[in-house]
Amino acid sequence: MSEEVKAPKKEKIPRQKMPEQDPQVRRHNFNEVPYGYTPELAMKEAERCIQCKDPRCKQGCPVEIDIPGFIKFIKEGDFEAAIRKLWEKNSLPAVCGRVCPQEIQCEGLCVVGKKDEPVAIGNLERFAADYQRLHGRDILPPKAPPTGKKVAVVGSGPAGLTVAGDLILKGHEVTIFEALHAPGGVLIYGIPEFRLPKEIVAHECRYLERLGVKIEVNAVIGRTETVDELLERFDAVFLGVGAGLPMFLNIPGEHYIGVYSANEYLTRSNLMRAYDFPNYDTPLVRGKKVATFGGGNVAMDAARTALRMGAEHSYIIYRRSHAELPARAAEIHHAEEEGVEFLFLTNPVRFLGNEDGYLTGVECLKMELGEPDASGRRRPIPIPGSEFIVEIDTAVIAIGSGANPLLTKATPGLALNKWGYIIADPKTGKTMKPRVWAGGDIVTGAATVILAMGAGRLASNSIHDFLTYGW
Amino acid sequence: MFEIVEREEMAQGTIISNWVRAPKIAKKAKPGQFVILRANETGERIPLTMADTDPERGLINIIYAVVGKSTALFKTLKVGDAYLDVIGPLGQPTHLEKVGKVVCVGGGTGIAVLHPITRGLKQLGNHVIAIIGARTKELLILEDKMRAASHELHICTDDGSYGHKGFVTEMLKKVLTENRDIGLAVCIGPVPMMKFCSQMTKEFGVKTLVSLNPIMLDGTGMCGCCRVQVGGRMQFACVDGPEFDGHQVDFDELTLRLRSYLPEEKLAYDRFKASLGQGCSHKS
Repeated sequence: MSEEVKAPKKEKIPRQKMPEQDPQVRRHNFNEVPYGYTPELAMKEAERCIQCKDPRCKQGCPVEIDIPGFIKFIKEGDFEAAIRKLWEKNSLPAVCGRVCPQEIQCEGLCVVGKKDEPVAIGNLERFAADYQRLHGRDILPPKAPPTGKKVAVVGSGPAGLTVAGDLILKGHEVTIFEALHAPGGVLIYGIPEFRLPKEIVAHECRYLERLGVKIEVNAVIGRTETVDELLERFDAVFLGVGAGLPMFLNIPGEHYIGVYSANEYLTRSNLMRAYDFPNYDTPLVRGKKVATFGGGNVAMDAARTALRMGAEHSYIIYRRSHAELPARAAEIHHAEEEGVEFLFLTNPVRFLGNEDGYLTGVECLKMELGEPDASGRRRPIPIPGSEFIVEIDTAVIAIGSGANPLLTKATPGLALNKWGYIIADPKTGKTMKPRVWAGGDIVTGAATVILAMGAGRLASNSIHDFLTYGW
Repeated sequence: MFEIVEREEMAQGTIISNWVRAPKIAKKAKPGQFVILRANETGERIPLTMADTDPERGLINIIYAVVGKSTALFKTLKVGDAYLDVIGPLGQPTHLEKVGKVVCVGGGTGIAVLHPITRGLKQLGNHVIAIIGARTKELLILEDKMRAASHELHICTDDGSYGHKGFVTEMLKKVLTENRDIGLAVCIGPVPMMKFCSQMTKEFGVKTLVSLNPIMLDGTGMCGCCRVQVGGRMQFACVDGPEFDGHQVDFDELTLRLRSYLPEEKLAYDRFKASLGQGCSHKS
């Protein structure tokens, strides 16, 4: 019998809240919103984990982190052991602790969460990674002896970084090719500073470089070099280039000055640091009345960026209702706290502009929810005659991404589906082209950081098998 | 880092030519394609169509007009200095083919982009008539190279200080009238020039290529900033272009979108000029 059962019933510890910047202050700055746990808060939260023998949380994790394992070390105050445990399965814990949708993954399955709030697994993961980065000893995980095999990883987003981190530890030589001038992919151009500080991404990339991964920026595979040319120099190639094709609404007036794709709006602000214009040279319209179209994480990021760029009104215009918002719960909550105004059951019909070509408004229709559609969500139906105009000077279209054809068009032998995504074996990431694997958004369509990492993990296992056993 | 190995000031220092070390790009680049450059960590990503390449020496040639902060910053780079980032080759190459008789029209720095295309068309056995123009004689570039790349060269200046007095469109009309057998026109230069040239060639029923220069960010089709209307369809100049059928392009929309950041561009340029001024007047 275990000690826990014999011991007198302990006082129940509530889920420990992570201290955060005040919403009214943070809506005007780009600093990260939560401050993170102190060691005391982390150890207290870790005590809430009941150390299930057959942990369900782990089943909800796309990279199968030993969650009770790392939490136990935090509870004991052995933070270095905690990070080592995380590194066994996850080379990007500081990122995942911040951007994973824990409520539908690990925390959604947590047994404690059945009666009480679930253990704050994401916050604890973040704590372990941050503690290591800020206070830890200069340690690296053990690395297998060199195999002499070479792997090219195309794209330095979450899928590519995972593949690189896995394969370098297994003794292979790894080179990452990144099209932009800085590594990190969506982590650096897409997710804003206030949600994922760029220094953390840079630190994760430096960590991979210390392990021996080479990173080549400004390398547009498909243009600067082709996949076939990489195959001459490398034993295997992994394609993790992301979705990377912006969707527009295809309504009149999308050419007006002030209408952005979310990719453009966020890339200007994040990668190019347009929020610090003119200290940085890249500009971004500082809208006073901004509307973001869509209801996912990208839409929340754009609407909250607009507030920080000085918007007096930052609207989210979404054609369904609050219940259908696909964004992470924490992002919706943070957006609401900061004063983002939600216009639900509203669909844009056309943009309006003035003679000089500047955006002045958007005409919308009210919607009502009908029967569930193929996605299982109730289909929005326009209400005839319900047209109304929202005055705006900036619009950000955040309704998803498609498959960017730049690489796939230049790569004969890859099989694509009808939307242009690469067809790859869901268990191995193998494409129809020999020695080429793919994973992440360019296979599945736009999804989450952790799902791309999960795909990277499957591909890296398969690549390792191929390099080791020839299959 | 991408080192500048040769540098030349043209048109009284308003236009700069750089030969830049970028071996991978030089090996791959074809006429009509562009690169994106960034001078330093705080810099913008600036797209420039390549004027030439030297694959053996691993060099690419860019020729740009100094029009704002970023190009003014580029101008400060001397031989031995380097661009922090050069990305490419981007965009679709020009589709070069033998059509018989062609006319190539260039204005301003558009002549730099036009030159390798003109040369390529001549090498394929076309009879090439070229028309190049500038506001005034001192601002005209690449006259000798364009003369060598064509069979006939017509020069126009707005003020009549050199060659024909007037716009290139007037000369284009004359050439099209006298040469009814022209099968292709390539027009590259400022947006109004390309717009009016395309209107002219449309009257004569001559297929026309133009090279567009919208504002860009990543240059790989990711952001949609460079979207243009071509034949009523949204196209991305960075991946679908930069060359398009001039008869299909909505030049007015392009003109409008090029004005997106006029206040910011002025602010940045004024600040930069002020900082240069302070630097020069500083005496120890």
